[in-house]
Amino acid sequence: MKRDEPLTVASPLRRRIIVAGAALATTRALPLRAEPPALPSIPELDAYLAGRKPEFGRLLLDLPRLADDGNAVTMRLFMPGPFAPGMQVTSIALFSEKNPVPKMAQFDFPVAPAKVEIESRVRLAGSQRVAAIATLADGALHAATADVSVTIAACLDGS
Amino acid sequence: MAAGSRVQVPTEVRRGEPFEVKISVRHPMETGFRVDDMGKPIARNTIHEFICRYNGTPVFAANLGSGIAANPYLRFFVTALDSGELKFEWVDDAGERGDAAATLRVTG
Repeated sequence: MKRDEPLTVASPLRRRIIVAGAALATTRALPLRAEPPALPSIPELDAYLAGRKPEFGRLLLDLPRLADDGNAVTMRLFMPGPFAPGMQVTSIALFSEKNPVPKMAQFDFPVAPAKVEIESRVRLAGSQRVAAIATLADGALHAATADVSVTIAACLDGS
Repeated sequence: MAAGSRVQVPTEVRRGEPFEVKISVRHPMETGFRVDDMGKPIARNTIHEFICRYNGTPVFAANLGSGIAANPYLRFFVTALDSGELKFEWVDDAGERGDAAATLRVTG
């Protein structure tokens, strides 16, 4: 390798684009982080909750803040135990704010799970807030939300 | 539909401990919003029913919609009770069934 050659060529234009992109990312990410964990407005989610009020803080929904490809975004659900008898998790449902089919999946635990952790890959039709609702055996609900910026949305519209 | 799948469970687990189960199923998870080369809509086809049985007892189930990526991958935990078999079964909207199994040795 020649020693004098610069490793990267950063033209002024490219630098400006990078700076603009970074600024955009910052202004977009900051207000989201400060928001309270409000549930997104999804009719299917409202129907699922049927007026019941879930608690926040115990169920965790992990999604990348920025997803390059909306066709496969790694999603992790986690709820730390221990769970008292009769208070175990029986199901967790996942709702999307932007997808044409808002209810993405439902996971059921027919027997009390010793560890509540689920990982999968989801499709996201654009930047949005995703919500997860866990139902406990005693009927208590726990919710978690995650905001995802999607660079390339999943092609759900036939394109 | 190619009924390929891959399952990963630990070969040996301790009684009473939760252990990790990983499964990936080869499936297009058609959204119902796509069209084929002739412009005809491709029917929605997702795995609407997935169930994991541990020595015959259902321990985990999932209903996967079009919001789950193609070739769905799931990682979840099951509590070790006795040595035996984990059996996975699923059905898609076209009525196609698939299954997979893994054997498990429980110690302690």
